[in-house]
Amino acid sequence: MAHKRKDMLIDPLVDNNPITLQVLGICSALAVTSSLQVALVMTIAVTLVTGFSSMFISMIRNHIPSSIRIIVQMVIIASLVILVDQVLKAYAFEISKTLSVFVGLIITNCIVMGRAEAFAMKNPPLDSFIDGVGNGLGYGLILMLVGFIRELFGSGSLFGITVLPTVNNGGWYVPNGMLLLPPSAFFIIGLIIWAFRAWKPKQVEEREYKIQTMEAH
Amino acid sequence: MENYLALAVKAIFVENLALSFFLGMCTFIAVSKKISTAIGLGISVMIVQSITVPANNLILTYLLAPGALAWAGFGEVDLTFLGLISYIGVIAALVQILEMVLDKYFPPLYNALGVFLPLITVNCAILGGSLFMVERGYDFGESVTYGVSSGFGWALAITAMAGVREKLKYSDIPDGLQGLGITFITAGLMAMAFMSFSGVKL
Repeated sequence: MAHKRKDMLIDPLVDNNPITLQVLGICSALAVTSSLQVALVMTIAVTLVTGFSSMFISMIRNHIPSSIRIIVQMVIIASLVILVDQVLKAYAFEISKTLSVFVGLIITNCIVMGRAEAFAMKNPPLDSFIDGVGNGLGYGLILMLVGFIRELFGSGSLFGITVLPTVNNGGWYVPNGMLLLPPSAFFIIGLIIWAFRAWKPKQVEEREYKIQTMEAH
Repeated sequence: MENYLALAVKAIFVENLALSFFLGMCTFIAVSKKISTAIGLGISVMIVQSITVPANNLILTYLLAPGALAWAGFGEVDLTFLGLISYIGVIAALVQILEMVLDKYFPPLYNALGVFLPLITVNCAILGGSLFMVERGYDFGESVTYGVSSGFGWALAITAMAGVREKLKYSDIPDGLQGLGITFITAGLMAMAFMSFSGVKL
């Protein structure tokens, strides 16, 4: 059992990553990754919300009538997100300003809903909690990777500390401004997916149309 | 009037919800394989967005904002912390009502949109629209304009994306990029194209 729980935690990191494989929670993954610090805060917030919402939903799963389950799940998730939002506003006001609407959007983050629906409704609380945390971390992994690339090459720093001194400040590194702009996040995630699938070929999707190879005449 | 026009153009092109704020990406990527379904979903998002943004604006001004409950005798109450839960409640309820109304009075439209309507509750673009409305402090008129035009912008983006993807499936793509990977890169290129609108001054 302990072994299975460990798998549940590790599995969503690479083998069944919510972003690169399940196509969940992409919205915020792209928008909050221009600096590593913001990405880290977002990772923690999402992991907590996913873990605890899965746990609470799983606790009351036998009492929720199936016709109103979405609304019940929404209320639980929304309350947790309000909690996170208020804590951020109190202790990390600057970051909560940068995250702007994206903290609120954790409510509609498909990872949270998806895990509640697919896992927490069928499994006991502790397992659901672990599954939620695992998926939150899988999401966080991609977020931190993208944030790392964007901040390092876009502004030459990590967590706001200069790593590559930029030309403007008398250094040698010419920052790639493109990486601070939104579209770069799409390219980076696209390439990360490519890397993941080159590493784990069984994740590759089937082609709809095969290219026909020409026979030599 | 000019003010509203500027807001609309800004919401459709410059600050496109899908391509510059990445809202509603899950559905944007998942349901953009065919143009016809993309248009159906786009229209439903637009309808829901044009109703929920103004509705949430009214809720904010008359129930939640500091001092908004003065008419009920609670002048100093500030309920803005209940914002998130109220907006998502309003959205879920409105989507449900819209579904019933369409079913009763416009069955053809209901059949065309049917499967997408429940999905819209969890579409970040809808909640995002309402949250942007709150953050930027739009008044009622501006909320109506913003709701309609941001919904239209989203519909435009998903339709364009579906158009590209319908052609893309015939191309020879490296194995690892097949499907999701290439879709992301395409979306990135589209987002870059949309960025060129950011020079438009109104």
